[in-house]
Amino acid sequence: MEISHIKQEINMTEALMTRINELISHYPADKKKSALLPVLHEVQDAHDNWLSVELQNKVAEILEIKPIEVYEVVTFYTMFNQRPIGKHMFEFCQTSPCCQRGVEDLMDYTCDKLGVKVGEPTADGQFEVRGVECLGACGYAPMMQLGDFYQEHLTKEKIDQLIADCKDGKITLHDK
Amino acid sequence: MGRKILLDKINVPGIKTYEVYRREGGYASVEKALKTLTPDEVTEEVKTSGLRGRGGAGFPVGMKWSFIDKKSGNPRHLVCNADESEPGTFKDRYLMEYIPHLLIEGMITSSYALGANLSYIYIRGEYMWVYKILERAIAEAKAAGWLGKNILGTGFDLELYVQIGGGAYICGEETALIESLEGKRGNPRLKPPFPAVKGLWQNPTVVNNVESIASVPWIVNNSGAEYATIGIGRSTGTKLISASGNIKNPGVYEIELGVSVYEFMNSDEYCGGMQTDRPLKALVPGGSSVPILPANLIYKTAAGEDRLMTYESLSDGGFATGSMLGSGGFIVYDDRACIVRNTWNFSRFYHHESCGQCTPCREGTGWLEKVLWRIENGQGREEDIELLWSIQSKIEGNTICPLGDAASWPVAAAIRHFKDEFEYHIRFPEKVKNRDHFVAEPFEKVKHLVAKQEI
Repeated sequence: MEISHIKQEINMTEALMTRINELISHYPADKKKSALLPVLHEVQDAHDNWLSVELQNKVAEILEIKPIEVYEVVTFYTMFNQRPIGKHMFEFCQTSPCCQRGVEDLMDYTCDKLGVKVGEPTADGQFEVRGVECLGACGYAPMMQLGDFYQEHLTKEKIDQLIADCKDGKITLHDK
Repeated sequence: MGRKILLDKINVPGIKTYEVYRREGGYASVEKALKTLTPDEVTEEVKTSGLRGRGGAGFPVGMKWSFIDKKSGNPRHLVCNADESEPGTFKDRYLMEYIPHLLIEGMITSSYALGANLSYIYIRGEYMWVYKILERAIAEAKAAGWLGKNILGTGFDLELYVQIGGGAYICGEETALIESLEGKRGNPRLKPPFPAVKGLWQNPTVVNNVESIASVPWIVNNSGAEYATIGIGRSTGTKLISASGNIKNPGVYEIELGVSVYEFMNSDEYCGGMQTDRPLKALVPGGSSVPILPANLIYKTAAGEDRLMTYESLSDGGFATGSMLGSGGFIVYDDRACIVRNTWNFSRFYHHESCGQCTPCREGTGWLEKVLWRIENGQGREEDIELLWSIQSKIEGNTICPLGDAASWPVAAAIRHFKDEFEYHIRFPEKVKNRDHFVAEPFEKVKHLVAKQEI
């Protein structure tokens, strides 16, 4: 995917800026950079879950740091997306305890049902399936993350229901 | 029934809220500490309790506190490590999600002991909804006067904030966590200097696990000596165990240290026995980093003694025949599990999570993953077992932080205890093509094939 060709509309709303300023206030005045990770989460949530280079530059400007200081962080942490992703991202935990409880079969099932491969969004951009590492829900396996929340004790029936609920707009993705 | 000191109130309706938590006696330790004890007296209680770091390393908490540099005059910080990411571990999330004020109370009392006026809880990015729970709980505590300036009129000031991570296992390593809290990549720092001298923003800092800090209120309320009466020997107090895998009742349990592994596995109070009638094959007792134990070393040590849920008993026999209590991530495998596949799975995890600073870890974890993958997929070579052994031995001890060791130990233990299973994969590649190869035909039934060839 040619990332540089995808334009992202930047919209730093008043509500978003208020939250960013609140986050900055959690650190000493000369340690603004410390707010980088929380600020990136907020900015990403408000921009269709991804961070273009332009948007990253904007964050650098707000925190008064160099753009490279933002890029190196965005590329290090798995939760920051550098390209548009499926609106409903099914992030299955594929580490050992979830495998013991059948997550691999469920991932195959979900991909078949959506007609996609892991890591490729559906044509309408509504869904994407990813395999991620341990999410800290081993006792409630198999499970996945969907937006800010966990979906646990998954079964094929639950997957069917979740897909239907996503299509009907019944799923809350962010806890604001 | 074992004694509960962390989870005793977890089922009280509404305990998540400030009102109920306070009504149930919450925040008493803050009152007691700030009004009747000096900071050093609080530290002494924690020392006397024998409480050991509950994140995995098991270092005595009181001793760690006593290392904090109070002479430099620089601001001091307490940072709570809520970056829980060790595969098999989900206990801290349980505490924070269902009784968030216990952690906040512990943070206030502990910050007082350390003389910290600005403290943080660093929580992993994926626990986004728990982050919001904590933020709301902190706002409640602040509104009730437990945070801010001149708390309870004692002159002690404390601001407490939650910082959210971005998805990186390495940030559970305390110096990587500090880097991340400073808005950087999670690259562990060279030690010394230790955080107690130069930590967050080069200020003296103590980093403690959620469960450790949540144990402090009880210790302050009931005394360190009382805490030390629970448990066995140097394993004092209670421990949260995250139980998962092929057991009947996966979940978080609070145990008194010293309960036997057999009881923990089989009693209805805890795991409730195996998930189905398939037999127990292996156990990872303390999170993915610790050595895996084969069935014959789970309930009994090599010396024939009962294996107990303590730091000492689980490590009895060293790495040759023992393991570690670690984070208490208790993962149970029945005979459907393939040890080669599971070891590959863990190696993929460490490869993915290596920060990339140290060559042995960055490159070695990748090699481990690749070689294990080809064995698991029926493309293994005769020399691969030796190759794996050589790679893991070259990572261990040769990296800045313990992630390298954590990546090596599971591989070494798997080869040590399940070598015949690796040989089977290499000699009978057509039998392991399907990922469920041991479901229909467990290894126990085909083991003789490997043994025969050796004669």
